[in-house]
Amino acid sequence: MTAPLLEASGLTKWYGDRLGCRDVGFDIREGEVLAIVGESGSGKSTLLSLLSGQLTPTSGSVAYRMRDGSIRDLVSLGEAERRHLFRTDWGFVHQDAAKGLRMGVSAGGNVGERLMAVGARHYGDIRAKAEDWLERVEIDVGRIDEKPTAYSGGMRQRLQIARNLVTAPRLVFMDEPTGGLDVSVQARLLDLLRRLVADMGLAVIVVTHDLAVARLLSDRIMVMRQGRVIEAGLTDRVLDDPREAYTQLLVSSILQP
Amino acid sequence: MTPIDPILRVEDVAKSFTMHLRGGLSIPVVDHVAFEVRAGECVVLGGPSGAGKSSILKMVWGNYGVDRGRIVVGDVDVATAEPREVLALRRSTMGYVSQFLRVVPRVATLDVVMEPALAQGLDPAEARARAEALLTRLNVPERLWSLPPATFSGGEQQRVNIARGLIADVRLLLLDEPTASLDAANRAAVVELIEAKKAAGTALLGIFHDGDVRDRVATRIVDVGGFATAGRAAA
Repeated sequence: MTAPLLEASGLTKWYGDRLGCRDVGFDIREGEVLAIVGESGSGKSTLLSLLSGQLTPTSGSVAYRMRDGSIRDLVSLGEAERRHLFRTDWGFVHQDAAKGLRMGVSAGGNVGERLMAVGARHYGDIRAKAEDWLERVEIDVGRIDEKPTAYSGGMRQRLQIARNLVTAPRLVFMDEPTGGLDVSVQARLLDLLRRLVADMGLAVIVVTHDLAVARLLSDRIMVMRQGRVIEAGLTDRVLDDPREAYTQLLVSSILQP
Repeated sequence: MTPIDPILRVEDVAKSFTMHLRGGLSIPVVDHVAFEVRAGECVVLGGPSGAGKSSILKMVWGNYGVDRGRIVVGDVDVATAEPREVLALRRSTMGYVSQFLRVVPRVATLDVVMEPALAQGLDPAEARARAEALLTRLNVPERLWSLPPATFSGGEQQRVNIARGLIADVRLLLLDEPTASLDAANRAAVVELIEAKKAAGTALLGIFHDGDVRDRVATRIVDVGGFATAGRAAA
C-alpha cells in the first residue's frame, strides 16, 4: 500500500507559553475527507496552518507524498517549494473569499491565473477551461468578465472553489467554507463540494465548528479542545455515540429545526 | 472461508452509555450479546422496545462504539477496526436501511438511491437502471425521482431509504424497521425484496415490529431481552 498523502505526527505549537496545539497525529489519503471540529480557540486554525506549512511547529512533523512519490517533511521544505505546492497540488478555501480571491481581477482571471501558474500559456485554452469551471460551480458563464466584488457571497465562495480546483490538486484545506453564508446558499455549496470531492477523489481537511457540515462532508472527525484532539473516529460514530464529555456537550448543543 | 462460515459473528458484546452531562451516569444497554448470521438467513432481533435492538444494529454498522467483545464481518472486527476499514466494509460488504432517511439538501431522489451502487464502482447506467427498478417496485412515483426527498411524506422517504439500502450487492444487510411507516401494498413489496435478497445469499439482520412481516421474513429470532436483562442484572 502506498504511503498516506499526508501524515502528521506529534504536531505541537507553542506561542510563547500559550498552547496552540499539542501532540496531534493522523494521516489522510486521496478520497478521504477529515473534519476538524471544535469551538473558537480550540486550536483548529493553528493546526490547519501547521498542516499547510504556513506555521512552523515547535515540534513534530508533517510528511507529504509529493507527485513524484517522494516523501517530504513540510517543515524542511523551502519557501519556493511550498509555494509551488500551494499553486498546484493544494487548494485552500478560506471562509473569507476575499482572502482566497484577487478581488480586483475578473472571475475568469481568478481561475486562469492558477492555470498560468502551472504553465498554461494559450489564451483560448485558459479561457475555455475557466468557462468550464465556472459552469461546474454553477456560475453563469456570461459573468466571467466581472470582478468578484460584483458577486454575492455564495458566488464568491463557488468562484474560490473553481480557482482552487482548476489545477486538479490532490489535497484541499478548507477553513469554515460555509461560514457566514445563508443556509440555502450553504446547502448549495455543500452539495457542490460533496460532488466535486467524490468526482475528483480529493483529500480534504476541513475545519468547521458546524457539526452538520462535518456530518455532510466528512468520513472522519477529530474533535479539538484546548489545543488537543480529545476524540477522533468515524464521523457518524463520533456524532451518534460521542464518548467524551466535551463532544457530548457539542452534539447536545445542536439546534434541531 | 468455507460457504457455511457466518457472514456476521457477534461475540460477547457489551454496550453502555456514559452520560457525562448527567454526572457520568452510566446506562447499560446490552451485555453478553452473541449470535451469528449466515448467508441466506434473515435473523430478526426480538424483544421489547428499549431492549437495545437498534443499538446492536448500530454497533454492527459502526456508528455506535462497543465496550467489549467482537463483531466480525468477513475478516474485520468492527469493534476495534480503524475508521478506514469500517468505511471500506460499508462500501463493499454491508448495507444499512436506517429507520429514517437522512436527507441531504438538493440531492435528487434518484441520486440518493444510486449513491451506494456508484460507491461500489457500478456502471452509472446500470446503477440508474437498478434505482429506477427499485423505486418503481416500491411505488415511488416517477415524477418525484428528480426531486430531493426532503419534502416527501414519511412513507415516501422510507421507501427511498429502502431502495438506497437494497441497491448495492452486499453480503450483509442491516434493516432497522424498514416497514414501519408503510401501507400493506408497500409492506408486501418490501417482504418480496427481502426474500429475493435471502435467495441471492445475502445475510440479513433486522428489526421488525410488524408481526406479519416478521413471521414472513424471519429465519430465526434472537431475543435481545435476554442480553439486556443480563446487562442490568450485572450492573
